[in-house]
Amino acid sequence: MELTLMEGNEAIAWGALAAGCNFFAGYPITPATTIYNTMLKLLPPKGGICLQGEDEIASIGFCLGAAMAGMKAMTATSGPGISLYSEQISFAIGSEIPIVIVDVQRLGPSTGSATKGADGDIQFMQWGNSGGLPVIVLAPVDIKDCYELTVKAFNLAERFRCPVFVAANKEISMTRETFCLDDLALPPIVERRQADARTPYLPFEIKDNGTVPDFLPIGGDRLVRQTSSTHGANGYITTDPDEIAAMQARLNLKIARSVAEFTYFDEYLVPDADTLVIAYGVTARASKEAAKRLQQRGQPVSLLVLKTLWPVPEILIKEKAAAYQHVLVPEMNLGQYIRELQRLLPDKKISFVGQMNGELIKPGQIMEVFAHG
Amino acid sequence: MASLLNASRPAVFCPGCSHDRVLHALDQALTGMGYTGKDVAIVTDIGCSGLFDTFFNTHAFHGLHGRALTYATGIKLARPDLKVIVTMGDGGLGIGGAHVLSTCRRNIDLTLLVLNNFNYGMTGGQCSSTTPQDAVVGSGFLNKLEKPIDICQVAGAAGAGQVSRASTYQKDLVARLQTAITFEGFSLVDIWGICPGRYTRRNKLTPKSIEQSQTQLPALTDFQALNARMEYGKAYREQAAKLSQPPDPVRIKVTCQAPRTGRTEVVILGSAGQRIITAGELLCLAGASAGCHATQKNDYPITVMKGHSVSEVILADTTIEYTGIEDPSVVIALAPEGVNRRQKMLAALSSDSVVIKAAGLELPPSDAVVVEVDFKAHKIRSQDWTLAALAVMARKTQALTMDMLTAALKLRFKKAVYDTAMAITQKIVAC
Ligand code: SF4
Repeated sequence: MELTLMEGNEAIAWGALAAGCNFFAGYPITPATTIYNTMLKLLPPKGGICLQGEDEIASIGFCLGAAMAGMKAMTATSGPGISLYSEQISFAIGSEIPIVIVDVQRLGPSTGSATKGADGDIQFMQWGNSGGLPVIVLAPVDIKDCYELTVKAFNLAERFRCPVFVAANKEISMTRETFCLDDLALPPIVERRQADARTPYLPFEIKDNGTVPDFLPIGGDRLVRQTSSTHGANGYITTDPDEIAAMQARLNLKIARSVAEFTYFDEYLVPDADTLVIAYGVTARASKEAAKRLQQRGQPVSLLVLKTLWPVPEILIKEKAAAYQHVLVPEMNLGQYIRELQRLLPDKKISFVGQMNGELIKPGQIMEVFAHG
Repeated sequence: MASLLNASRPAVFCPGCSHDRVLHALDQALTGMGYTGKDVAIVTDIGCSGLFDTFFNTHAFHGLHGRALTYATGIKLARPDLKVIVTMGDGGLGIGGAHVLSTCRRNIDLTLLVLNNFNYGMTGGQCSSTTPQDAVVGSGFLNKLEKPIDICQVAGAAGAGQVSRASTYQKDLVARLQTAITFEGFSLVDIWGICPGRYTRRNKLTPKSIEQSQTQLPALTDFQALNARMEYGKAYREQAAKLSQPPDPVRIKVTCQAPRTGRTEVVILGSAGQRIITAGELLCLAGASAGCHATQKNDYPITVMKGHSVSEVILADTTIEYTGIEDPSVVIALAPEGVNRRQKMLAALSSDSVVIKAAGLELPPSDAVVVEVDFKAHKIRSQDWTLAALAVMARKTQALTMDMLTAALKLRFKKAVYDTAMAITQKIVAC
């Protein structure tokens, strides 16, 4: 076994490259800056483009333009930058522009603490857009996930023509870690479906009972229209309530209906446990350590690690939690994803371990819940 | 050449709106230059001028308010052969000011047409960044308090490759647009016009008065000469072509054996400039050379050259789950800045922990075994203390071996630095 040592952020950049990313733009912000640094080393020598925008709004704007011209684009920032991205994210959702957005979460609110970790943007990533349509959010647990989930994020962005978030955390992104490149399980690369060259092209037309319009690049041989306004299949403004409703329903359905196909998770289920810990991100690691130690103490506890956070993998959660009386949710925030679990599992006793102090939740803090029964 | 205007979508501007004239002038300019629809992308902003793309049979991109230049930049870099025209009102100019300045500085090959009618037409005639102070607009007295911007002067000062001021009504508008479109770099045309829907209901503005006002303005500097340089995309590709390919991630061969199994936590406490982070990385590489997994978390203030520097390293022969420090096997303490950050941890150390500390450094009392090293007496410079401490660690603890450290140094440094580093480790081992 040969190990490779790198930072989570570097693994995200290498994952992007492996996925075919050829356009990156970002504005430096701790703890996401090293993604930009790495992309700047990787892309230009390979014919790709890496830009430093004058601000976050420009950075994601470059990406949206490039994505519509056919490139595979990624941007990376932290909470303050996601706030500035917000309107552009809404645009990418409504106008079906593929883009990968990395949110290396840091302790908020606002400027908060640049070098402290948190998972404080978990609801924000989903709901920080106007219109309230679903987005896809994947959350890495470790460096291997940083690589693999970034590849998957690109595949999903291409397939569904939508923004896909990688919900990292300073504690994963700026932690150096060893992993084995040969252990990576990378999926085949997905490219957005190109329109048939023989038929007339309408940029938002849906064919064959599908939910995602075929793509043609701006600048190609056939004319392409893109617009942030409410549009019909032809890419022109529409005021027809039926056409508008159908488009909104489709934007909702295309993501929501397919979540089973990209429900990424790990599970460590042990017999005789009456508690299921449901965790994500870096806190899944303390949870796993806690579960191990509790097992040694004769207190078996099961663990479900969610790597797809949005849309909420409801079927998986209900199925996995069915056998347990008690669900424990540790989060590096004051209680965000737990809201989804409370909604899905109304008949379970759900407990919470959370903190927002810039520190990792320790295995001991999770074990304490069991000490008190 | 056939018109690029979309016959089935005639323009819907108010009667007498200057936008309508610019629309036709742009069509004539493009067709006169032989462009077809697929050669051109029209990127529009928000407001009445943001309707431009819908009237053309070209590639079209209509985005958010003030951000048109950002999309246009992405499109142009992705498709260098495409002619990219951006239309924006004086509203977009104000809200997207940062992008205007940066696009000027970049000199990317875009043509920006500012359809300047001195107010926000679409939202009810409020003041914009170009509204005269004596105008009567939909913002009450507010425009009296703000000086209008002369975008030509601003753009030129910001480095725009070509800047020109025009009136919607001048006879050679088509030729002026063609000059801008032909220019290889960023060109901006500030086109003054009349908004009968809003602005001229309460203000007097005529083609004649526009012409008069423009002639009264001081002539623009020859920005084209002043800001002459290579177009951004071209320059970018030229620079990129000179870069060498990035090296693949390093695969670390297992060349030695770890002195023990299980999890080893090491904390290095120092100050900026002591190469604490590098030492942490060396430990990780040393671990990987012995087939161990490693994690490294660092803690330092944003002022990288001052204050504390702390590195937390975990080595383990199994997967590392929790990356925090719970029970350090070894603490290397080299400066009070770092020590102050971990007082609680130091006080709680058990007799299983070893602390390697610089002579004279004060630590809170604990049960740990303390190894004091007088680096100064060994004539080791402060920035090399960490490396020397790692050598002490290899000799005095069960957490690291000299073979592992040597392998790490080989991985991390080129020959010359490696030799110096090895000499330092030998200096301390010899004593
Ligand atoms: S409101 Fe003014 S700018 Fe808008 S279409 Fe009418 S005249 Fe033209």
